Amino acid sequence: MAVAPLPTAPAPVAPGTASAAPVLSLRGIVKCFPGVRALDGVSLDVRPGEVHVLLGENGAGKSTLINVIAGTFAADAGDYLIDGMPAGALTPQRARALGICPVFQEFSLAPNLTVEDNLFLGREPRRLGFLDRRAMRAEARRIIADLGFDLDPARTVATLSRAHQQMAEIAKALLAEPRVLILDEPTASLTESETEKLFGLIERLRAEGVAIIYVSHRMPEIRRLGDRITVLRDGRHVRTLPMAGVTEEALVELMTGRKVEVLFPHIQHRPGEAALELRGLTTADRSVQGADFVARRGEITGIAGLVGCGKSELVRAAYGLCPLEGGEVRLFGETFRHPSPARALRQGLCYFPSDRVAEGLALERPIRENASMAALDEAAIARGGVLRRAGERGLIQRTVERLALRPAHIERPVGALSGGNRQKVVLARGLVRDTQVFLFDEPTVGIDVGAKADLYAVLKELAEGGAAIVLVSSELPEVLHLSNRVYVMHRSRMIAELSGADLTEQAILSCFFAETGDGRTGREGVAS
Amino acid sequence: MSVRPLDHPPVPLRPDERALRLMAAIGLLPLLLVAAVVVVGILEPRFFGLMNLLNILRAASFLAIIAAGQMIVLISGGFDLSVGAVVALTSTVSASVMAALGAALPEAPATVIAVGLVAGLAVGAVVGLVNGACVVLLRVSPFMVTLGTMSIVGGLALLLTNGIPVYGLPEALVRDFGRALWFGVPASVFVAAAVVALVWLAQTRTVAGRHLHAIGGNPQAALVSGIATRRHLVGAYVASGLLAAVTGLVLTARVGSGQANLGGLDLTLQSIAAAVIAGTSLRGGVGRVERVAVAAVFLAIVTNAMNLLRVDSKLQLIVLGVVLVAAVAIDELAKRRQIRD
Repeated sequence: MAVAPLPTAPAPVAPGTASAAPVLSLRGIVKCFPGVRALDGVSLDVRPGEVHVLLGENGAGKSTLINVIAGTFAADAGDYLIDGMPAGALTPQRARALGICPVFQEFSLAPNLTVEDNLFLGREPRRLGFLDRRAMRAEARRIIADLGFDLDPARTVATLSRAHQQMAEIAKALLAEPRVLILDEPTASLTESETEKLFGLIERLRAEGVAIIYVSHRMPEIRRLGDRITVLRDGRHVRTLPMAGVTEEALVELMTGRKVEVLFPHIQHRPGEAALELRGLTTADRSVQGADFVARRGEITGIAGLVGCGKSELVRAAYGLCPLEGGEVRLFGETFRHPSPARALRQGLCYFPSDRVAEGLALERPIRENASMAALDEAAIARGGVLRRAGERGLIQRTVERLALRPAHIERPVGALSGGNRQKVVLARGLVRDTQVFLFDEPTVGIDVGAKADLYAVLKELAEGGAAIVLVSSELPEVLHLSNRVYVMHRSRMIAELSGADLTEQAILSCFFAETGDGRTGREGVAS
Repeated sequence: MSVRPLDHPPVPLRPDERALRLMAAIGLLPLLLVAAVVVVGILEPRFFGLMNLLNILRAASFLAIIAAGQMIVLISGGFDLSVGAVVALTSTVSASVMAALGAALPEAPATVIAVGLVAGLAVGAVVGLVNGACVVLLRVSPFMVTLGTMSIVGGLALLLTNGIPVYGLPEALVRDFGRALWFGVPASVFVAAAVVALVWLAQTRTVAGRHLHAIGGNPQAALVSGIATRRHLVGAYVASGLLAAVTGLVLTARVGSGQANLGGLDLTLQSIAAAVIAGTSLRGGVGRVERVAVAAVFLAIVTNAMNLLRVDSKLQLIVLGVVLVAAVAIDELAKRRQIRD
């Protein structure tokens, strides 16, 4: 190894050099939350000048791990070493002072402040005890220009799009001159050109000896940037391997613990009459603009798109959860005026929220009450406003068993269940009454592989039984393998409908990177 | 089968949306203020009399000081229901101290006043410290903490005086400050102006102000950014307590005696009303002191106008309630219509 020219400067290290001493080492990290063991003895070495990819499904423990590294969570057991020395009790502030800078998906930005205020939050330059606003403005402009982002430092964060908030978040992390930079799906809402700039930046930082922990699901970028990959599954460390020579199939198998074709069932789609039609739908907050959409009986219709593109809002609006400004919702050929959840349920339309804790479940209450919550007007459960407890118990018990919820004790509080079982309770709500149209919003977020397979089996059963299923998901494999047709949304607009041979990962990804606004879709090479 | 690009015409803004956006930008308040002045001026010419205008200014100055403190706590994402009670305790404590000391040192009124003011401010600081400590350390909701301290502090004020006014304030305090006109304007207006200027400076030009806004906007983000959130939260409650104490001192000087029935729940509610009408968010993070000052003037005008027009005092309460709910509702409506790009 070369001798460092200056005692303070980090020694220049070739990317991923095996001889480089790790800047960050985790040994046997354990982290438990009530009811779940989120991390179970995870070890990780991150060396200066490498891009270390963390790979795993949702719920595999990636976010918990980066939160432990960033000092947000304290580990219950295990060692945390920085430069070979125990890091001691770590807080977010201490981690930052040690040069560990996270860029989270849930942004650490104060929405009421401007971009530059946020960049300097907690380390404001001052003059004579007052804020040095001129210095802040100049420094903010310099760093944003340096990153090549199109971002106005004087804008209030709440008024920015998700992509711009992401840029602000990245700029904030880099202002601190990191030694370990953590990027959690940083490209999730960036366009192709912005992504390109970010990649250039990552390569530059790597060359400067910064260690980068990179969380992503996207194979092309993992392949391009990654030096080593660590795969996590169900909170456990599965394997760490060098990027070179790894196949995609092998990684998926490591991640899921089973072969791709076993996870996704083969579904016989038999598209029938139109069940849910949206015409020129525009929501009041403009998160959806002029969207057209059809879901038919007997098939699964996917909606793909980046985080914040408006795909959730689309189905929420159809269910009456987002106020509409224009457009029409039609159910089984008839206009569905003034959608509201109560009316939608009576018409056989049911929505399953992505955030099951915030919107789906009353955690303190038993499974039985949660499952019957949306069906208390059904004759089997209540008559004349009086509950029929035996009828309710029988119906819920049967439904819960059909969904393979184990153990099937319907009086257990929902808060004691795992993510997968909670999803089943939410799903039971739609099965308890006569539901014809199922709107699933990110149905597999935070649930394990086994529960996923169960859920997919239910989707298959429902679709083959003639129900219309709408699947909104940010997980491309899920949308690709389960749907018969896929709509792609980008920046509030429906930009493509793909089916048959056109329904490929590449086609969807190229839609994501379309620069909309001028009517072009950016997929000229794909369209026939 | 082939890929079908779907077209999408841009959706233009409707005129009513533009109006709402404009309203959200400048705030409803200046419009309301002008409207109130015009309407009252037409209905009752005495409104423009010098004495009446001075009365309005004086009432507005009391409200502006206490509401500025309330706003600071609201920005932090909290609530301070104890401010009215702090006014009462400040009044009785400072008056008792000055009365007792004045009897011992009749020839040194300046010393007596200084000690009295310090005692009053100490009351506010201590109550604020207790509020902040309970919110931060015990993690009790601000609403419950300050509801409790409101009861305790109000009870202390009554206990201290048995509800009897405390007389014997130094003559100079009442004559040269409490009831004095400086340059033709009530002295309390200068105090209010100084408070508003200081709070504005702290909000826009100091690191602590910036941190407070960040904490109110997103506590998690503030914590992750390395901000000492607990210290700032306690500071917000202390500031609110201090400003309530200032209000108590100014009111005591004006009334000329220490009274346990000064302030009270009524002034607390008005302080929240003024802050919220001024666009301070009840969810924290947003609030501007100069708008709070305008809101205080607006509320003072509405109350004054109803007095001039001899509106029944019970009806006045109803009108104030309607104004408050309407102002907040319009604010919410404008926010909900806010469009992200």
